Amino acid sequence: MRRRGRRKLLLPQHSVLKFIKFLVLLIFSVSTFQSILIAAEIHEPIRPYWSFEGPLGKFERASLQRGYQVYTEVCSGCHSMDLLSYRNLVQPGGPEFSEKQAKAMAAMFEVETGPDQDGEMFMRSAILSDKFVSPWENEQQARAANGGAYPPDLSVIVKARPNGPDYIYSLLLGYKDAPEGTELDDGVYYNEYAKGMRIAMPQVLYEDGIEYTDGTAATEEQMAHDVTTFLTWSAEPKLEERKRMGFKVIIYLLILAFLFYFTNKSIWRDTH
Amino acid sequence: MSTDYKPQSAVAKWIDKRLPLITLFNGHLMQYPTPKNLNYWWTFGGILTFCLVTQIITGLVLAMHYIADADLAFSSVEHIMRDVNYGWLLRYIHANGASMFFIAVYIHMARSLFYGSYKEPRELIWIIGVFIFLLMIATAFMGYVLPWGQMSFWGATVITNLFSAIPVFGESITNWLWGGYSVGSPLLTRFFTLHYLLPFLIFGLVILHVWALHVPGNNNPEGIDVVQGSQDTVPFHPHYVVKDVFALLVFMIIFAGFVFFTPNLLGHTDNYIQANPLQTPEHIVPEWYFLPFYAILRAIPDKLGGVIMMVSAIAILAFLPWLDTSKVRSAKYRPLFKQFYWIFLANFLLLGYLGAMPAEGIYVIISRIATIYYFVHFIIILPVLGFVEKTKPLPKSISEPVLNEKERAAKAATATA
Repeated sequence: MRRRGRRKLLLPQHSVLKFIKFLVLLIFSVSTFQSILIAAEIHEPIRPYWSFEGPLGKFERASLQRGYQVYTEVCSGCHSMDLLSYRNLVQPGGPEFSEKQAKAMAAMFEVETGPDQDGEMFMRSAILSDKFVSPWENEQQARAANGGAYPPDLSVIVKARPNGPDYIYSLLLGYKDAPEGTELDDGVYYNEYAKGMRIAMPQVLYEDGIEYTDGTAATEEQMAHDVTTFLTWSAEPKLEERKRMGFKVIIYLLILAFLFYFTNKSIWRDTH
Repeated sequence: MSTDYKPQSAVAKWIDKRLPLITLFNGHLMQYPTPKNLNYWWTFGGILTFCLVTQIITGLVLAMHYIADADLAFSSVEHIMRDVNYGWLLRYIHANGASMFFIAVYIHMARSLFYGSYKEPRELIWIIGVFIFLLMIATAFMGYVLPWGQMSFWGATVITNLFSAIPVFGESITNWLWGGYSVGSPLLTRFFTLHYLLPFLIFGLVILHVWALHVPGNNNPEGIDVVQGSQDTVPFHPHYVVKDVFALLVFMIIFAGFVFFTPNLLGHTDNYIQANPLQTPEHIVPEWYFLPFYAILRAIPDKLGGVIMMVSAIAILAFLPWLDTSKVRSAKYRPLFKQFYWIFLANFLLLGYLGAMPAEGIYVIISRIATIYYFVHFIIILPVLGFVEKTKPLPKSISEPVLNEKERAAKAATATA
């Protein structure tokens, strides 16, 4: 309407749309290229079935309990879990050991406490309120014992790695003989799923390396699966409660939104 | 705001005579005349208010349990996740709430850009909005530092280091910000303090934002003024209260989806590793909502230049009411602008993608082109369009296009009958 006399700017619509399409294609092709590059560098982790996945996922109680056994008998020699307490083993949504069992498990460890009336520190058996006892006094001691490498704390390790459960599971099973021509330094091991295929942690899971108290056959896959389940719970101890609540919240919101949709419709019915 | 509200009860009369709060709310939240043709893109103002209040309430409770100390921050957050009653819920709402807040604010701004809501007489509403956006950026950035994970620490290091690009005083300013010679406890404590303060400043600006909005009233999809005393407007309540609540509920369903089913999807896994000043992560990436601006920062080969461009990218928004020379507000009636609008949006998303990629090779080149285009849109395209674009004829009133459609439909019905 304004400036009707002016010459219309010559910019055909289809060329603009073509340009947008080109841009979108470019973004997609670049991102695909990117993922191919990454894939060439690192192996895609194995994707086993996890009972805790999905909107109604739950931990398998028996697997969590076995996973705790794998952690204490295999991992805890080097890896701490500073954020966990023995009382967590009893809590709902976790391994749900009985209080008696958990007390006995805690009592297998000693903690320094005090000072007593003479001002001396002393050792006592761990109780439910104690944190998981760390294998090391401090980081320096851990490094000194592990050729300079520091075994990370495992409390939230699953959330600290992309595709956490799949990655941990794959890593534990990823030890292979290094292909010919691969040079490995002392204290470095070949693992298909580690960054650069090298890792300072040796293979720890061997068939029948432990004897499950519930009689399950201790295959490598079984142990890896159980301990990963346990570590997922330790990283996300409220997972079951969260998903249960989420289901209720969303159903509630859906019903309310449904009601408001029709309320809104009826309010606007007479407005044109 | 005119209102025909008369307090009825003795208590209401007593209060209203001394402080006309009820009259105020009645005028602004009940009778406020609102254009009847607002679409769902207009519901994001209400959604944003919800986001702000949610962040303040959850943040308040989190602050009761959080410890702002470099040695304790990380484990205090995990304490919230594990031992505080519903602490996991509060934290996941707060962390995802920041993302939802930014989704909503970007949509809100995109709506404003499309329908020309920043134009005369609404320039101040827009400018206050730009300041709210700036404060949101600062608040979100400082909030992300608080859990003291690897990304918190290194993000804080990268961003505070930007101040060292300031000539002459750069280093002194950076040390002053840090309260020391590196990122550590003093910075964490002051970030916590500011992170607590800024939302209340945002709240104050939101009141000004709404106040300024209620002077000329809402813009609308047609981008034309409402005819006073006509059928163009409806009272805010119940028409828009109910519509906004419905939109909010849909928004909350998506929000709840994130909080309850993928609470860590929008975060970075490295932030579950406690901050370690001796170990730099492979890629330092900010939260997704900063990525376009991060891409602009890195596109410039010079540190100071990058900082200036990044700040300008946001500051230029404040001048938008004068950079856009077209008198026609809505893109519905601006065929050329409409195309450039979508290109601008695509370019902005492209910048976001580039911000997440490593700053090397082809990415740097594309980043530079996209950065240049971002500014060209504001400095060249928008001013020129106002002069060369042939806009479509505007309807006389909001009711006109609606009635026309109806008439046409009626005619078509009689023709086929």
